[in-house]
Amino acid sequence: MSAKSDDTMMLTTPFHSRVKEACGLNCWGNWMGYTTPNAYEDVELEYFAVRSTTGVFDLTPMNKYRVSGPDAEAYLNRLVTRDVSKIRVGRVGYTVWCDDAGQVMDDGTIFHLAENDYRICAYARAIDWFNWAALGFDVSIEDETAEVAALAVQGPTSCATLLAMGLEGLDQLKPFGLTEFEFEGETLMVSRTGFTGDLGYELWIAPHKAEALWDRLFEAGRPFIIRPFGTDALEMARIEAGFLQAGVDFMPAEEAVRNGRSRSPFELGLGWLVDLDKPVFNGRRALLREQAEGSRYRFAILDVDGNKPAQHSFILKGGKQVGTVTSAAWCPTAKTNVAFAQIEMPHGAVGEELVAEIYYQRELHWTRVLAPCKVIESPVFNPGRRRATPPAGF
Amino acid sequence: MTDNYDAVMVGAGHNGLICATYLAKAGKKVLVLEANATPGGCAATREFAPGYSVSSCAQWLNQLHPAISRDLALEQHGLQWAAQNLPSISLDEQGKHLSLLGNKVEGANVSAEDRAAFVAFHAKTEKYARLLVKAFEARAPKLVESNLTDRLTLIKLGLGLKMMGRDDMSDLMRIILINMYDVMEESFDSAQLKGLLSLDSLLGSRMGPRTPNTVFGYLYRRVGETLGNNGQALVKGGMGALGEAMAASARAAGVEIRLQSPVASIDVEADRAVGVTLAGGEQITAPLVVSNADPVTTFQHLVGFARMETGMARRVSHIRCKSGTAKLHLALSGLPQFTGLDDAQHGARLLVAPDMNYIERAYNAVKYDEYSSAPALDISIPTLHDATLAPAGGHVLSAIVQFAPYAPEGGWEAHRETFMQLVIERIAAFAPGIREQIISSQLLTPADLESDYRMSGGHWHHGELSLDQIMMMRPFPGATQYGTAFDGLYLCGAGAHPGGGVMGLAGRNAAREIIKRGAAA
Ligand SMILES: Cc1cc2nc3c(=O)[nH]c(=O)nc-3n(C[C@H](O)[C@H](O)[C@H](O)COP(=O)(O)OP(=O)(O)OC[C@H]3O[C@@H](n4cnc5c(N)ncnc54)[C@H](O)[C@@H]3O)c2cc1C
Repeated sequence: MSAKSDDTMMLTTPFHSRVKEACGLNCWGNWMGYTTPNAYEDVELEYFAVRSTTGVFDLTPMNKYRVSGPDAEAYLNRLVTRDVSKIRVGRVGYTVWCDDAGQVMDDGTIFHLAENDYRICAYARAIDWFNWAALGFDVSIEDETAEVAALAVQGPTSCATLLAMGLEGLDQLKPFGLTEFEFEGETLMVSRTGFTGDLGYELWIAPHKAEALWDRLFEAGRPFIIRPFGTDALEMARIEAGFLQAGVDFMPAEEAVRNGRSRSPFELGLGWLVDLDKPVFNGRRALLREQAEGSRYRFAILDVDGNKPAQHSFILKGGKQVGTVTSAAWCPTAKTNVAFAQIEMPHGAVGEELVAEIYYQRELHWTRVLAPCKVIESPVFNPGRRRATPPAGF
Repeated sequence: MTDNYDAVMVGAGHNGLICATYLAKAGKKVLVLEANATPGGCAATREFAPGYSVSSCAQWLNQLHPAISRDLALEQHGLQWAAQNLPSISLDEQGKHLSLLGNKVEGANVSAEDRAAFVAFHAKTEKYARLLVKAFEARAPKLVESNLTDRLTLIKLGLGLKMMGRDDMSDLMRIILINMYDVMEESFDSAQLKGLLSLDSLLGSRMGPRTPNTVFGYLYRRVGETLGNNGQALVKGGMGALGEAMAASARAAGVEIRLQSPVASIDVEADRAVGVTLAGGEQITAPLVVSNADPVTTFQHLVGFARMETGMARRVSHIRCKSGTAKLHLALSGLPQFTGLDDAQHGARLLVAPDMNYIERAYNAVKYDEYSSAPALDISIPTLHDATLAPAGGHVLSAIVQFAPYAPEGGWEAHRETFMQLVIERIAAFAPGIREQIISSQLLTPADLESDYRMSGGHWHHGELSLDQIMMMRPFPGATQYGTAFDGLYLCGAGAHPGGGVMGLAGRNAAREIIKRGAAA
């Protein structure tokens, strides 16, 4: 039996024809129901493209919701933990949103497109919750996941590539800024955002222009050593940059079935996103209580001795288990063995020395190492070029 | 502007007045704000035709807690009885009526077996109702975090269950989850008896005899009797006189009552209630705001969804409070003659509920937002006991009508007249000459009840009494024990535990909780 792609259950993005052609490994994963390459050719080469030249990632499957109407700002302010009025038109803000129990449902970015017009990008499907959250507000919420094709263009030569593609003036765009260009009669929105912790941009366009955009981008990027990258390389980059991944580093509150498995923003090291001075937002009461009574867990970035990634490790203190690792990777650029861990309070303060109980196997032979590790203050990769405006030329 | 009130009460329904009075007796300075021109809420008397007045919403008094009555000294403040201990009579077109009072059933169609079976059934359900009374006289325990008081309440309930004995306990657990139809079928033969008890189990609800929760509905109704109120009572001057007596008692305790003062909003700062704003724009501040309005009115319309967290707004929007009950009022030139009733019996509670399938069919319609073509009725002719309600020789007939939808297709104005004639037709089947006696008539649909008494959905209990909306889930998880997610904002009406009916426990329990929490409130 032959299955045409129309008949398959997995969706493809508007870039699929190009992605497929580039995906020499033919190694695919499932991202929110979309066929997504884990790697195109070689994870290491892809990772180094992101860190040394330009990497391109198809992020169309990211859930995108358009929020517009007279109460759009008030709506978002009730929905998310940070003060949305501080995200001006033309700016993007990272945030989390919680349920009434102050447990994180998801993290994402809010794009302030125009007066009373926003886009939220989210890891999890959120239309149901976003609609419930509209009770009491004059606002319209639309799922535009399939209506907007998106590429992340990340790395030190990304700006040069995009300038070469004709996006004049893009070098003036500040981090978390967004701007628009004309692209073959369509609007191309570009934001200076990304999930790699480096200089980088995200491109947003109508699906019927997706292939043309991909072609023009790769043509312009050839001299700047452009290369597509898959989710495996992204995973290394984001851990190095200290970014949490929903579903990996925390359970979205609505997906957590068991009591106590979800986390508050404070417990994820995201307290800086919580503005308790706002009069009302989902989770506020519970977060005030948590602030008064103390959190259960602390998010810690660990610098682990050795080069064995501490994947799924227990974290010990004096032989007693005090935490678990949610994400771990050997970070090539920072040359550090990094792990994200959930540590039971009061442990996990910066500077504390702990032990990672790492299990790994070579040829079916399992070995356990007790690797000393230390809680560090900030992510291991955070280059100045990430923030420089204009970015250095190439 | 600052006012020196300790508490502002939204609404002067009986629960609001009771709560306010207890608060005042505990030393608080309380202001009650009522939208309507008279106190009492659904305990109201209104003139619906020149010279003819009627209990325009609730008509029978049988659930009022005697201790509250005593504490408020209602008789000293003007409460008079027009009649007490009235039986319920199930009408029969041929005049073979069935009469019920306490554990006694009488009537042409009742066998000796049924009579005996009813005595046993009555005794058994009495025990169950006593258990409910225990649960109703205290705040409901919390759903998750249980503290000592709540645990004690649970223990008492558990103990009460155990004390009933094993057979009774397992029987209660069994029947509470099934429905009145099945329980009736296994208990009695008489169709009329089964119909009458079924109607009692679902009056004011949107349920038929075969709907789960109806057994709870029946036991809920039996609470009145368990509290010592035998049969039905009528208040002299109509239910509004009860509202007036409560208002007088409240004033005597120091409560200030302002009528015709609709509250436009309950004002909150972050998660604390700070006062109210009247429709006229006046702002009144107070550290405590207590709402006698139903939960949907309170949270959706007075606080506003935008001011609360999403999960709570979602819960409020899930409250089932659409009524299936209407009210018919007839001004009559003389006493209607019901076939087969003697004069005294005309003054009893008259029911049109000939059998369970009759009620079930009546209920079918409302499932589809249609009105019953043959509705079940709970009729009172108060003028037989109380001459103040009509001109000399005239009479008033008042009927609770099951079922009418909250929002029929095309809107009520398209159906009002047809439905009213249909209800009158029903009554005429038992009182053939009544049409000629009608001077004036009035039908109050659920939508009318909603606007007349400012209760969302127009529901008898301010929200369906079903297992998912009672006790620690009333009105919804997170707003139990009269407190809410807003510090300083409490509920005290029928929408709170234990529920509606002119009983007063919601008001008294709320006052106790507020007093107990003291400064922490
Ligand atoms: C058709 C019908 C028949 C019934 N028959 C009986 C019966 O025979 N026997 C019986 O025991 N029970 C009966 N009931 C039930 C009973 O009437 C109610 O459960 C009970 O009266 C509710 O009392 P309450 O004090 O909690 O609320 P309510 O009596 O509803 O009082 C609430 C008060 O708040 C006021 N309010 C609301 N919003 C505002 C605002 N924004 N500003 C100011 N004031 C406001 C309202 O005007 C009202 O006065 C009947 C109910 C219905 C609908």
